[in-house]
Amino acid sequence: MKFSISWLKEHLETDAGVDEIAETLTKIGLEVEEVFNPAGQLGGFVTAKVERLEMHPDSDHLHVLKVNNGKETLQVVCGAPNCHEGMIGVFAPVGTLIPAFNEVIKVGKIRGVESFGMMCSEKELGIGEDHSGIIELPADTPVGVPAAQVLNVDPVIEISITPNRAECLGVRGIARDLAAAGLGKLKKLKILKKNGSFASPIKVKVEDYEACPVYVGRYIRGVNNKAETPKWMKDRLAAIGLRSISPLVDVTNYINYDLARPLHVFDADKLKGNITIRMARPGEKFVSLEDKEYALDDKSLGICDDEGIQCLGGIMGGAEKGCSADTVNVFVECALFNPVVIARTGRKFQIDSDSRYRYERWVDPKSNVLGSDYAVQLITEICGGEVSDMEMDGKEDYQPKVAYLRPERMKSFVGIDVSKDKIVEILNHLGFVTSEENGKIKAVSPTWRGDIDCEQDLIEEVVRMVGLDTIPAETLPHGKFPKQVLTPAQQRVVTVKHELANRGMLETVTWSFTDSKTAKDFRRSEEAILLYNPITAELDEMRPSILPNLLIAVKNNIARGYPNLALFEAGPEFYGRNPGEQYTAAGGVRCGMTSAKSWIGEVRPYDVFDAKADALAAIAAANGPWENAQVTTDAPAYYHPGRSGALRLGKNVMAYFGEIHPAVLKKFGIKQRVVAFEVNLDNIPLPRVSHDKARKKLELSPFQPVDKDLAFVVEKNVPAVNIIAAAKNADRKHITDVRVFDVYEGENLPEGKKSVAIALIFQPSEATFTDKEIETLMKKVEVEVGKKTGAVLR
Amino acid sequence: MEDIESLKTEMLAAVSKAEDLKSWDEARVALLGKKGRITELMKGMGALPVEQKIEMGKRLNVLKSEVEEALNVRRAELAEKELNEKLSRETVDVTLPVRPENQGRIHPVSKIYEEVVAIFGEMGFEVAEGPDIEDQFHNFNALNMPANHPARQMQDTFYIPNKNSDDFDDSYVVRTHTSPVQIRTMERQRPPIRVVAPGRTYRSDYDATHTPMFHQVEGLVIDKNITMAHLKGCLYDFVKAFFELDDIPVRYRPSYFPFTEPSAEMDIGCLKTKDELKIGAGTDWLEILGCGMVHPNVLRAGGIDPEEYQGFAFGMGIDRLAMLKYGIPDLRTFFESDVRWLKHYGFMPLDFSSMTGGLSNNGGSAR
Repeated sequence: MKFSISWLKEHLETDAGVDEIAETLTKIGLEVEEVFNPAGQLGGFVTAKVERLEMHPDSDHLHVLKVNNGKETLQVVCGAPNCHEGMIGVFAPVGTLIPAFNEVIKVGKIRGVESFGMMCSEKELGIGEDHSGIIELPADTPVGVPAAQVLNVDPVIEISITPNRAECLGVRGIARDLAAAGLGKLKKLKILKKNGSFASPIKVKVEDYEACPVYVGRYIRGVNNKAETPKWMKDRLAAIGLRSISPLVDVTNYINYDLARPLHVFDADKLKGNITIRMARPGEKFVSLEDKEYALDDKSLGICDDEGIQCLGGIMGGAEKGCSADTVNVFVECALFNPVVIARTGRKFQIDSDSRYRYERWVDPKSNVLGSDYAVQLITEICGGEVSDMEMDGKEDYQPKVAYLRPERMKSFVGIDVSKDKIVEILNHLGFVTSEENGKIKAVSPTWRGDIDCEQDLIEEVVRMVGLDTIPAETLPHGKFPKQVLTPAQQRVVTVKHELANRGMLETVTWSFTDSKTAKDFRRSEEAILLYNPITAELDEMRPSILPNLLIAVKNNIARGYPNLALFEAGPEFYGRNPGEQYTAAGGVRCGMTSAKSWIGEVRPYDVFDAKADALAAIAAANGPWENAQVTTDAPAYYHPGRSGALRLGKNVMAYFGEIHPAVLKKFGIKQRVVAFEVNLDNIPLPRVSHDKARKKLELSPFQPVDKDLAFVVEKNVPAVNIIAAAKNADRKHITDVRVFDVYEGENLPEGKKSVAIALIFQPSEATFTDKEIETLMKKVEVEVGKKTGAVLR
Repeated sequence: MEDIESLKTEMLAAVSKAEDLKSWDEARVALLGKKGRITELMKGMGALPVEQKIEMGKRLNVLKSEVEEALNVRRAELAEKELNEKLSRETVDVTLPVRPENQGRIHPVSKIYEEVVAIFGEMGFEVAEGPDIEDQFHNFNALNMPANHPARQMQDTFYIPNKNSDDFDDSYVVRTHTSPVQIRTMERQRPPIRVVAPGRTYRSDYDATHTPMFHQVEGLVIDKNITMAHLKGCLYDFVKAFFELDDIPVRYRPSYFPFTEPSAEMDIGCLKTKDELKIGAGTDWLEILGCGMVHPNVLRAGGIDPEEYQGFAFGMGIDRLAMLKYGIPDLRTFFESDVRWLKHYGFMPLDFSSMTGGLSNNGGSAR
């Protein structure tokens, strides 16, 4: 909401300057977004007198002036038609910044004649719209003084209006708030009641008083819409960015911004028959003044004549029956519409207008006759014409809201004492009618306030007037001693992130949305969770997995020249559309080489075992049973079928890992191998809450462990984990560790076989092993592994 | 007797002539071995008369121990020399770089989450959560925003159709703020309540300062005697702790949120210049959060009697806090996964935030 200071002063008697007004507005909840003070950019401009005027020797419209700026007389070339000898205007000497062009005046040569400055128009100074000629100041204006001192500049303030303060969408509402804050006195409205001299030939019938409680119409005949809108009105509208169009349009705009009171004016000669206010018929057509056609529904309110809907009530006028320069007879509408109907229709058909904006917030339900009178007064003042009697259907019988305030609640709710008298004074200034009832203040809302429903609403009115800065800051008292700030489930997400970062991965955050085209392969269920109104087609689905977004990141980083990547994200994945059908996951990708070239150390491509290690590390960081995880080879189809797996706890999948399927990578436009993992943190059981934090006693054996290696030859398809498990099982008491240290396929081995070499650790418990005991253990391993896997010693 | 003295000189010279452990051993054998010179001399004493024999025995014993001592010293010298030679051969260029290691980073959003939790944790808050996909009751209605409430349009909402209903009002939304967690907390827990709820939020807006997803943290305090003065104290303590400043100018402006009454926005003092933003000093104000006393309708929606309990709520942008504190210029870059950005603005893996160890710069320097 914008307004100029002169407009404000139409309603507010005040001596306060722009800065004080702006500061107060913010303090009382009308947040100032910008103060535009044209005086601020008038530095350099001075008043100057045109002492001589000659025609330019080489032009039929340019003049060559001798201009006296109080210090010297300079030659200036000027094209303004209103320029004459003896006039006093505003002069821009060389070096002055012209606000309208954002350019500095230089010494110029115009058709061979030198010019040392410029005589300016209002528009060039950025203080008005007038560009028909240069500014002419009164003849007694002193010469050589700064222009800002003599020009009537009108600063403009822009404030943001919160949805509860609809009355401040009119300048009068803002003036009232400032007056209540002690910044001046609210002036009385000067609206004259004009009696009609004939009965309106157009009658009004409201069919739905729920949607339109009251409709007031006035017929004015013989208006001249070619008349000039008065300068003061044009200037005020221009100051807030509204172009003058015609007196009839200007008047409706003016009243809309002056009293927050929307109006509509029909060209009465274009209307056929009477006006009916009714719900639209399903599919009924309406063409707006923006020339867009809508097929309405039966919840939309139309203002209709015999030919159909001519205005979408409270939202927008129609194309056909509006006013033009040739309009002679008009019908002026001032009505009240149900905010819910307006909001629904506006939202459904996506029509925004100043009128809708006001109606769906709050329009003073008792301003219909008043608004009508105001419109009639301004129209006839400007355009002439003869006014009909008022044509009205419905009643202006709104019952204002009532709320109660217990004065002691100021202290117990906001922490400041405000006396009952002070509270009453503030409320009265804001237009509330107050009385006392059982020690409470009863406050009847003014009709322009629709937002006061309860005690807290009244408290807010008082607080914003006494100032939030009067409330002391009190440190929150210490409540009960908190057990744990983060739950174990929340804390482990943090730990997993730090673990993965510590493993050299960069944490990223990507959208919870993804592209349904590439997400398809990653869905966990048949159905996609698609947005009704995505912001772009690429962000139209709630992501079923973190991976597609990470793959997009991989592609983008490769394109930027960074092919060696290790990225992860922890966040939600969605498996259903109902609230809560999501789990917390940690997903990561690695691709390219483990590092840049190096003279030392192994630099190799990332492979599936890096992803598996990440998954196991994440499970471990989440306090999960990583050592007991079963490894199965049934990862989803977006993984390489031979290089992927799942880490399970029975039926529960804690993680998937593997190389991404090359066919999937192709859809993302990625040409290099990518390994990935996804850990479903919600599927990892939380450790049991144990009250005994003491650890199991450490038993140290006094006897040295023994290292032994065994190499087996086995069918290629036997999983290594089966050999390890069988070896461990051979003697659970004495075999404390089994590791695979070599896997070999190829020469010297029969077709379809592989060799797996394991390192065993035998731990004696009672006495150092004898050679015979060690031999027995090795035999046990050989037999058990052979039994379980068919392996034979190599 | 001169004989023994010159013998000693000669023998010690032989010991010191040994240049490596091998020649040292030869010298030892030549002097002290079974057929060594000292051994031979001792054997030869048998022929001497008793008195001379005693005298000679004494002298030879002295000579022997002197030679032994010299041999020991020489051996130690030679061993050290040999070790030094070996070490010298093993010399490498230690200016060469070390084996490559990759150092990861924590995203600024996670970092701010941890900082905010650390501060409010110190004030006795717990962390609450809620789903990203919400029903309109929790996202709007229960927060005093009935259907057609104009404030619903302040938040450009993403909708997800509800398979079980054609009514648009039954469709789900992707939560537009973390405030529904207020309601879910009240449904779950009786007062006193002290929670913060950080999380992802979504609005249909995408320009220089808006992204369709962003992060908020919500706060809710409900008890019998909580006033707006506590709200101010709590948030003042927060901004001081968060920006790690001893003092910071703050101001509150009346504002409007449907779920609080009175409502306010909090600004912090700063200095804005063309290329820099300095928090905590200067003449400019920077909006940092919205807050207010919980609206009685919200308490009722959460099943709490507003005549018995009252309290405050606040909400702020986590990404915005990150931008302000760590000087990150563009919100959109948070979600672009550009590895250069992640390395530059990310945090060390061991940079844990706490009120005991400090909020920031605890993770060591980047390698």
